[in-house]
Amino acid sequence: MNEFCNKVFSGDVRASARLMRLVDDRAEGYEEYMKEVWKHTGRAHIIGITGAPGAGKSTMTDKLIAKYRSMGKTVGVVAIDPTSPFSGGAILGDRIRMANHATDEGVFIRSVGTRGHLGGLSVSTMDIVAVMDAMGKDVVIIETVGVGQDEVEIAMVADTCIVVTVPGLGDDIQAIKAGIFEIADIFIVNKADREGVERTVKDLEMMLEMVHQRTGWDVQVLKTVASRDEGIDKVVEAIASHAEFFDKNIKAGRMEDRLLHVSYGVVREKIVKEIFKEEEIRALLKSGLDPYTAVEKLWEKRK
Amino acid sequence: MSKIRVLIAKPGLDGHDRGAKVVARSLRDAGYEVIYTGLRQTPEAIVATAVQEDVDAIGLSILSGAHNTVFPRIIELLKEKGASDIVVFGGGVIPETDIPGLIDAGVAHIFTPGTPTEEVVKFLAEKVTPKNRA
Ligand SMILES: Nc1nc2c(ncn2[C@@H]2O[C@H](COP(=O)(O)OP(=O)(O)O)[C@@H](O)[C@H]2O)c(=O)[nH]1
Ligand SMILES: [Mg+2]
Repeated sequence: MNEFCNKVFSGDVRASARLMRLVDDRAEGYEEYMKEVWKHTGRAHIIGITGAPGAGKSTMTDKLIAKYRSMGKTVGVVAIDPTSPFSGGAILGDRIRMANHATDEGVFIRSVGTRGHLGGLSVSTMDIVAVMDAMGKDVVIIETVGVGQDEVEIAMVADTCIVVTVPGLGDDIQAIKAGIFEIADIFIVNKADREGVERTVKDLEMMLEMVHQRTGWDVQVLKTVASRDEGIDKVVEAIASHAEFFDKNIKAGRMEDRLLHVSYGVVREKIVKEIFKEEEIRALLKSGLDPYTAVEKLWEKRK
Repeated sequence: MSKIRVLIAKPGLDGHDRGAKVVARSLRDAGYEVIYTGLRQTPEAIVATAVQEDVDAIGLSILSGAHNTVFPRIIELLKEKGASDIVVFGGGVIPETDIPGLIDAGVAHIFTPGTPTEEVVKFLAEKVTPKNRA
């Protein structure tokens, strides 16, 4: 096991890719590897990118990878797309926009399906990010699904959280109401080649004034045209200053909260696995029991 | 909860990826995780992606007539990376007479035009078991 983990820590692509597989599958014994991996984390700067589908998250990620590579930094990307609740299958297509980096050995991109997890991430996301961190990647970028209005888990997982929006805010107002505003460390109005950018920037800045800032960080609103690589330098600068702020003021507490969040997830998985025996519950329900009594029976049986 | 992961790619400079998308969709509907990389992929890019994504199989759609170079090159690169366990299959416009040569080179199966997508699903189900061992 140590040999396998050491390969991961030395950045071995094949071993790391396999470990991500075990983690994503919750394969038997994956926990033993993760015990080692989590000891080797805390070095990478983790960037979360969220925002509606089509806003330009993948295109932005592609351009950020290029910038970080030109600065000599290695990059990991976790790109999450939705799993079909009906078939359990998924088409993971974010890589299409990052094709330029396919053969760059300093870049590791992993596509992940949500596999039933709500909130824009997969259950495995934090573990996969941890593997990339342990591999030695300097920067890890997480691209969320971007469908729901409740994608706030990213704020727990990422050090710097970027919300990407586009001109013509109307439809996004809902998302903003639902808390997206509070999680943004940097706001980006992408597709600034379109009409209404200035208006959208102003609207956002006005709303930001009314939001309670959790951390004391001064949230910026930036304009980009990701598809033409415009405005990305400013984004990288903003990330760098947030990273500095984060390391000084937030990191210690956040790391603790993050590990707590991982622990909570592990507990939940363990308990569900132990108590939620589908066949047994079905039998109990068929015998006429209500769900509460059925679960109580299983719970007691456990003792 | 292990899932079979398949990379669907369209090497070469030519045309459209309609066929590749149809296959990608039917694999998704059969419960597979499909990594879709779009058009104009080099063999090097395809193999690097396959390794990072730890896929069980690579499906290539080739319309350009480059099949006799692309398939063997991919199989050679997989060998170099120690990833020969990844099953390679393909489809597109490939003359019947070229198929035996490709199979000899290590391609698991070539689907001829008009093959129902269920055949692809069935092939993968028989040929591939997901990797859940270190
Ligand atoms: N006009 C314009 N189109 C863009 C810009 N950035 C990205 N796009 C396009 O928007 C579409 C969706 O981009 P994508 O990065 O896949 O969005 P995602 O769903 O948020 O990841 C693609 O066709 C991009 O080429 C931009 O700044 N301006
Ligand atoms: Mg995307």
